[in-house]
Amino acid sequence: MKPLIALRSVAPLLLTGILVALVQGSLPDYWYFVLVVAGINIILAVSLNIVNGFTGQFSIGHAGFMAVGAYTAAKIVMSTRGLVSTGAGEQLVFLGALAAGMVTAAIAGFLVGMPSLRLRGDYLAIVTLGFNEIIRVIIENSEFLGQATGISGLPKLTTLAYVGMAAAITVMVAVRLLQSTHGRALLAIREDEVAAEAMGVDTTGYKVRAFVIAAALAGLAGGLLVFYLQLCTPKSFTFIKSIEVVAMIVLGGLGSVSGAFLTAAVLTILLETLRGFSEYRMVVYSLLLIFFMLGRPAGLFGTREIWDLLPRWRRKAAAGGAP
Amino acid sequence: MSAPVLEARKVTMQFGGLKALSEFELVIEPRELVGLIGPNGAGKTTAFNAITGVYPPSSGDVILSGERVNGQRPHQICGKGIARTFQNIRLFKQLSAIDNVRIACHQRAQAGFAAAVLRSGGFLADEERITRRAEEFLQVMGLAHRRDEQARNLPYGEQRRLEIARALATGPKLLCLDEPAAGMNASEKVSLMELVRKIRDDFGLAILIIEHDMRVVMGISERLVVLDHGVTIAKGSPEVVRKDPKVIEAYLGDSYLEEKHIAVPVGGGK
Ligand SMILES: Nc1ncnc2c1ncn2[C@@H]1O[C@H](COP(=O)(O)OP(=O)(O)O)[C@@H](O)[C@H]1O
Ligand SMILES: [Mg+2]
Repeated sequence: MKPLIALRSVAPLLLTGILVALVQGSLPDYWYFVLVVAGINIILAVSLNIVNGFTGQFSIGHAGFMAVGAYTAAKIVMSTRGLVSTGAGEQLVFLGALAAGMVTAAIAGFLVGMPSLRLRGDYLAIVTLGFNEIIRVIIENSEFLGQATGISGLPKLTTLAYVGMAAAITVMVAVRLLQSTHGRALLAIREDEVAAEAMGVDTTGYKVRAFVIAAALAGLAGGLLVFYLQLCTPKSFTFIKSIEVVAMIVLGGLGSVSGAFLTAAVLTILLETLRGFSEYRMVVYSLLLIFFMLGRPAGLFGTREIWDLLPRWRRKAAAGGAP
Repeated sequence: MSAPVLEARKVTMQFGGLKALSEFELVIEPRELVGLIGPNGAGKTTAFNAITGVYPPSSGDVILSGERVNGQRPHQICGKGIARTFQNIRLFKQLSAIDNVRIACHQRAQAGFAAAVLRSGGFLADEERITRRAEEFLQVMGLAHRRDEQARNLPYGEQRRLEIARALATGPKLLCLDEPAAGMNASEKVSLMELVRKIRDDFGLAILIIEHDMRVVMGISERLVVLDHGVTIAKGSPEVVRKDPKVIEAYLGDSYLEEKHIAVPVGGGK
């Protein structure tokens, strides 16, 4: 029984790992690249959705937390170069650095969230936007962090398998949270904060926790990105990037994990295939947003999941099979 | 002899220049059913908000089962055994009926975030218990057939009952109902009042019920407290309060007098 429970805990992770490991050897470079970016965007969209979709808050500074995670990981790996010689040692340092990046991003999330989440919704938007800009300005003025040119010469440590597993962890956290008493507490806050509080939900505590989890996952995405690009610059973490993530979840449907997953994947692939148009990226996002706001304000899926749209008997079977 | 479930001592609530509630005194013993009545704008909802921590009182003390709770947040006060419903229904509209009630069982869960993400045995047992409990309360309020329906799609009367189910699921010692009969017709009001009495008897809890129309709660309340302009103008048994000249004056000109009188005969002892 015990090993079975342990297996249930990590099964989705193992499956993704094996699947990606099998696939990644035979992918052409270009598609490898597109899938890495798509995976990173999935992490960002699904994690931000925990705050904006589940909890109903409005954070627009996700790239700031990416930056915190990315620079932490980059500094750790670069300062331990030469200390480790074996490939396995290097991998271990890398994983440790990613974890450290998650921790610092989480701390940043706590520091930003604690004061602003006590206030009403709009304050969070302003504070997170400000935070994103402050992080950028700090980096551009810090010699330690390489100023505007950033930190170059990073070893290429991020693989598609790592990105796939990180995306799987993110989706697993979001889905399993959603189907738990903690996830319901977050939804209650979105639905009616006064009633949630009256029913015994520590609304401030839960908002901060959601925010910290999302920040940690953004930090992970940041770390993975820079060790794929082999370059860590403030340009990767501008306000534009934050808006891109917000656009993804608004289009997918705030509150829908599968919606965020799909839009992140499809939009990335679409925009990467239309590389020539990359300058028009923001135009595409803006048009899509306007189009959706007019035609389908709840996004593709609203708060529903793809499996909610399946015929009833399939849904029953799915619910019975996976408790 | 157990302590009263609620003691409000000189509770005053000031909104700018307006004293919405002044020196409000109320002691509720276990298993008591008390009616809080008064014309619109009298400060009844404000009294609830002060007791349940929505707004901390400007002065005075709120004591629950012997513990002073002024300044505590509503979720903490909820944990001490007070639950409430809202005058303007505040359900989690987009969530199912069962989820509305399961959220109220939230404080019973022991498994943390990590356990939820890892689907530990303890977490699954927690969820199972919470779901059972929530289903029981849906059953009690006659809503079992609505289990998976979105709260916003329920008819009005069922939404009111779902709110009561949700409040009960928090496991209160004192249940505060803010005009639960508002918007109902006479026969719905009668059956709701019977249900309220039955809840008190079956669950053995104290109930404080706000009602704008005193006739509705007359039949089931052991005691009435009458507010007008934030001031307690009368308290005592329904028979005494009904004849109080100050009460009659406060209600004079109030629109309900022109409506057809609704007498709610709920007979029988406790
Ligand atoms: N949050 C608030 N801010 C300012 N005034 C308020 C607030 N809440 C209630 N009031 C005022 O307090 C008075 C009593 O209101 P309320 O308690 O809702 O009355 P009741 O529930 O008896 O109809 C009213 O005059 C109302 O306008
Ligand atoms: Mg009121």
